[in-house]
Amino acid sequence: MERKNQNPIVNWIVKSKILGILFFVIIGAFAVYKLGTALFDNPSLFLQQVVNGLQLGFVYALIALGYTMIYGIIQLINFAHGDIFMVGAFASFYSISRYNVHLWFQNLFPSVPVMLAQIIGTVTVILVSMVVCALLAYTIERIAYKPLRTAPRISALITAIGISFFLEYFGALNFVFSPNYITYQRPFAVKSWFVGPSGFGSIESGIAPPAHSIIFSNIFLIIVFASLLLLLVLQYIVKKTKIGKAMRAVAYDKPTARLMGINSDAIISVTFALGAALAGAAGVLYAIAFPQVFFSMGITPGMKAFVAAVVGGIGSIPGAFIGALIMGQAETLSAAYISTPMRDAIAFSLLIVVLLIRPKGIMGETSSEKV
Amino acid sequence: MKKNVLLSLVILFALALAACAPAADTAAAEEPAAAAEGDTIKVASLSPLTGPVPTFGESTKNGFMMAVDEWNANGGVLGKQIEPIVEDSQCTADPAVNAANKVIDQDGVHYIVGEVCSSASIPVSEIAEEKGVLMISPTSTNSDVTLNLDGSTKDMVFRACFIDPFQGLVMAKFASDQGYTKAFVMSDQGNDYVRGLAEVFSEKFVEYGGEIVGSETYTGTDTDFSAILTKVADSGAEVLYLPDYYNVINLVAAQAKEKGVTAVMMGADGWDSSDLDLAAADGGYYSNHYSPDDTRDAVVDWVSKYNEAYGSTPDALATLAYDATNLLFAAIEKAGVDDPAAVATAMEGLSYEAVSGTVTFDEYHNPIKSAVVLQVKDGAINFVASVAP
Repeated sequence: MERKNQNPIVNWIVKSKILGILFFVIIGAFAVYKLGTALFDNPSLFLQQVVNGLQLGFVYALIALGYTMIYGIIQLINFAHGDIFMVGAFASFYSISRYNVHLWFQNLFPSVPVMLAQIIGTVTVILVSMVVCALLAYTIERIAYKPLRTAPRISALITAIGISFFLEYFGALNFVFSPNYITYQRPFAVKSWFVGPSGFGSIESGIAPPAHSIIFSNIFLIIVFASLLLLLVLQYIVKKTKIGKAMRAVAYDKPTARLMGINSDAIISVTFALGAALAGAAGVLYAIAFPQVFFSMGITPGMKAFVAAVVGGIGSIPGAFIGALIMGQAETLSAAYISTPMRDAIAFSLLIVVLLIRPKGIMGETSSEKV
Repeated sequence: MKKNVLLSLVILFALALAACAPAADTAAAEEPAAAAEGDTIKVASLSPLTGPVPTFGESTKNGFMMAVDEWNANGGVLGKQIEPIVEDSQCTADPAVNAANKVIDQDGVHYIVGEVCSSASIPVSEIAEEKGVLMISPTSTNSDVTLNLDGSTKDMVFRACFIDPFQGLVMAKFASDQGYTKAFVMSDQGNDYVRGLAEVFSEKFVEYGGEIVGSETYTGTDTDFSAILTKVADSGAEVLYLPDYYNVINLVAAQAKEKGVTAVMMGADGWDSSDLDLAAADGGYYSNHYSPDDTRDAVVDWVSKYNEAYGSTPDALATLAYDATNLLFAAIEKAGVDDPAAVATAMEGLSYEAVSGTVTFDEYHNPIKSAVVLQVKDGAINFVASVAP
């Protein structure tokens, strides 16, 4: 029996979404007040925290792109994505610690400047991880997702969760990655610089940088450059190439795309591989920034990147990027100015707030093409 | 979280296996038939000779036997020879309880040196307390080993190692002795070990004239410490006290240098691992129970004696077992009678020069003694100082 609520006040509350808006306004006012006083009290410290947040946000962005692309094409939330990120971090761990891949250019051409050799070495390490992850994701897609193409979406979702657990606990076996927390060797030495009222300079170990300056490291630079570059490459692939056009067509209307002669299975596999390659790159960058690798390291960043993708509007590439940057800032600024143990709670509340106000996410569109 | 599930499954499985295994008493069986009551003083050692941590048991047994042999060679205790009874207690509650009941009821011992692990020592301490047998645990750090549920001290139970928070005091003293006046404290809010150390350090550092310029908590799953480390750099702290385990130290230390943190990192025995990232933690100090590189005569002498007998450098377990056994015999000598209650009273007032420092006992039967401070430097761990509270 259906019961209609006749109370006009209750109806109005439900229709106008007043609760969500109120919640948003209260939280927003509190955040603005907190951050405003923080900025006013110590502007350089605030900017430094923003820089810290950017570093985190750019890594999340790379992971979030994979979520959003796969969702855009087959409406699957690929829960194994965070674990592919973990495999990427481990691939780079082995290529650095066991095979010295980061030194190949230096060894071949000892006369080139060390910095250039290090950059080339690091890029090689990232590429190796991207290839490993792309192949892994391609295999997973063929084995686990392709047979379920016509099955209900929930089946594919459950399979994704299964793959996620498989990758974690297979990785935890002693002869695979082992269940230990392993210290990660960075492919280059860390170098930091400061910039501020007292000018620009490099930081020597053990000497405090001048007051009121902002510190950034070569890790920050490599993360920002690599992420921006990969984003541009991805945008180019999706918008300008034939395969990108096919991806957009499959996302828009799969049966029609197939009628037009597009091999939609192959396109979906390519999408998986592309997303996984980005996760692999993110794994390397994350391990460089926070140098420790372990079998369950993908869970939390994976979750946060997923939230970032939803906040930005799942299915939208620029949305995932913006969502990830917001996520990075929310996390770092709440750790800095509200409470460190509460950082995750605050970051995830952001998801609830955004969904209350704008269920499609910031850049989400009602029904246009995805990807 | 998923890791915890896996771990607890493994532990459950191990427990099941351990419970099925028969209590080993081979060592006791080898002993000659007991001499007539009164001719000898029987002392039992409970240590995990099998089970998850057999190396702990081996070291403990070596330290125990060495002390017994030395006292016997010097004429025994109270003019009587000591009769050692070595039992395997597997670092687990059930076998440890069985072993304790066996040595008390069948062998009639009045004194127990053991157990090594807190989880086994706590049930054994209850039996010892109930049956009026004196127990001294060499290495169990949990405060419940010597305390009853209502917080009162168990009359018959002592330990030879200091409890965890004590290291916070030692490090606070060391830091202020080095001339540092500003400290920043970081702690994992969900870890009792870390929180206890951080609280004691903060309190004592202020007492010694220092200032806590900031303190921050994090959770055990955090990997990004940039926000906290930026605050550390901004606070002008000279010392960053981080008494967590080595895996967290590795992460924090690697990020600290990148954020322009110049504070000296200090920690506790959670750093003590072969997996500590020596390059990242370079320059950091941590406290520990004992170091074989200590330059005090007692330590040099002990290391050479042990090396001669067993061909290896004594670890903390062997040293603390040796100390615990010596403390027990010294207390029996002081009491003058073979009566556990009298010996317990004597132990309370004892001041004894042990290998790991001069030991006296506080009201909770925890020893007050010096700890060592070690420094990570140029890829090695060096002994720096022995700090008495």
